[in-house]
Amino acid sequence: MLELNRFEALPTRRQLLTHAAALPLAALPLKDALAQFRVEVSGAGVSQIPIAAVAFRNNGQIDQDIVAIVRADLERSGQFRFVEPLPLQMDENTRPDLAPWREKGSDALLTGSVTRLADGRFDVRFRLWDAVRVQDLGGLSFPASARDLRFAAHKVSDYVYEKLTGEKGVFATRIAYITKVGARHILNVADSDGEGAQSAFSSSMPLSSPNWSPNGAQLAYVSFEARKAVIYSHDVATGRRRLLANFRGSNSAPSWSPDGRQIVAALAITGNTQIHVLDASGGAPRRLTQSASIDTEPVYSPDGRNIYFVSDRGGSAQIYRMGAQGDNPQRITFSGGQNTSPAPSPDGRWLAFISRVGGGDRLHVMELSSGKVTALSDTSADENPSFAPNSRLILYATRVGGREALMTSTVDGRVKTRLATPQGDIREPDWGPYVR
Amino acid sequence: MTKTPQPADRLFRAWPARLAGLFLVAALAACGSSVKLADAPVEDRNTTSALPSGDGTTGVDPRNVAEVQVPGIDVPQPAALSRVVYFDYDSFVVRADSAEVLDANARFLKANPNRRVGLEGHTDERGGREYNIALGQKRAESVRRALSLLGVSESQMEPVSFGEERPAALGLDEASFARNRRVEITYR
Repeated sequence: MLELNRFEALPTRRQLLTHAAALPLAALPLKDALAQFRVEVSGAGVSQIPIAAVAFRNNGQIDQDIVAIVRADLERSGQFRFVEPLPLQMDENTRPDLAPWREKGSDALLTGSVTRLADGRFDVRFRLWDAVRVQDLGGLSFPASARDLRFAAHKVSDYVYEKLTGEKGVFATRIAYITKVGARHILNVADSDGEGAQSAFSSSMPLSSPNWSPNGAQLAYVSFEARKAVIYSHDVATGRRRLLANFRGSNSAPSWSPDGRQIVAALAITGNTQIHVLDASGGAPRRLTQSASIDTEPVYSPDGRNIYFVSDRGGSAQIYRMGAQGDNPQRITFSGGQNTSPAPSPDGRWLAFISRVGGGDRLHVMELSSGKVTALSDTSADENPSFAPNSRLILYATRVGGREALMTSTVDGRVKTRLATPQGDIREPDWGPYVR
Repeated sequence: MTKTPQPADRLFRAWPARLAGLFLVAALAACGSSVKLADAPVEDRNTTSALPSGDGTTGVDPRNVAEVQVPGIDVPQPAALSRVVYFDYDSFVVRADSAEVLDANARFLKANPNRRVGLEGHTDERGGREYNIALGQKRAESVRRALSLLGVSESQMEPVSFGEERPAALGLDEASFARNRRVEITYR
């Protein structure tokens, strides 16, 4: 937990900030100010926390609009509603009169500033106020380089989210997805809002199935660079790659165990695609399913005791669950022509998957304790769901208005957002874990 | 059975040196270290451009993304040899109209016992991506069995699958789908 400072210790801080603000500033244009408005909320949540945020003092000197990023983050969660701010200028050192904010319907107020440091970085500082209980909810300072400013803004979002909902925020986490640009297949790593995408790996041959390791440092994926499906694990920060599975036939659908020690995958060593488990450090695979049908898309339950997978052993592709040693497979989806791409929530409560209904592939979620299934989308080309680490949002790929896009949905399906990704062929997103 | 096939092995061995040159490892310090509001960050007046190293352990920002690129592989294919076998929807049964293509490739492989082929299964875009990898694999296995019956040595063939990832035709109509449901016999 964060240990917060109260407002009382301010005078020395103000002196320091005044000093820093007097240093020469490089005036940067606010050219990216509109980028975050690609958020499209297509439904209304029931209980949303109303919050206001005042533009951070001296935000104009940087490329990113901190409040706009925080607002888009919090709105995407479905749990916040932004109230237009009063036309007042203030920062984290201001002790605001909270009564007029309360009257505007705002339960909380976020203030802050951006200060250029002598070493070229920027100090992003903020303070959160509880307008109802008239309480200082504390604040933080994030010194960040120009290229890390969006990350700093996401950390502000995480702080606000945690203070006001009591749950950890997921905005400073990362996502991975595959794009095809011209003849290049690219594995992208981006912020949780889809912004700031960077190419981790690219190839003239297809890539598929990226899956984050539990510590968020590595991605397992399938690369066809050797003209066959081969599984690699790839250290994102260094670019170091390790061959995990290159056995006879196709090596596909890798997924890490919750402790990061093993990888389940679909291997076709015997000619038929079956679920196998491999040591993450290498070694011989052990076969877990023994069917004459196609078994693929294995994924561990968050407690590591079970594996969900897809099999057509019953005549159509359906989702099954078995013990982690391959014992006792049981079919768990029964409605829909076929059900694929199982994705359990980290809290073990939900299973997101894609169900074919009336010719369309749509995102569904099952409450695992009751088996109750809910349709979450009305699009028809949904693919590859994965949960945010706090189990509150589901990331998936779909086609909207003839274009491929990444979307997030709340677990009740009420609030959906299209992420900011480049146009073109976008597919197979995977939401990374909390890091540190 | 679980032995790593040789051609792929050779390729992988050749790459690390080439890849190393492409790593763009920016040794940037970690961002994300926050301080409480009371503790103003210490300014480093000696640093003018980049950041001072944050954690001092690896020297690599855990949020850094190093870019890696791999080149494509292009092996010349025997001229005047048809190399594509087509399939019906959701089927991995080799059709009678494939006999000529299979015969010609079987003759070539038997006459050239040092040549090896990848039997590359493909599907149309309908169905899940992972399921389609498995279906493409089944098509490749069917072609392997057919070539084996024609006398081709198992050691010359590896059945693999691209699923729906490498369509031959990009349309969303049945004619395009039919061109995509195929096995390509690719000489390595």
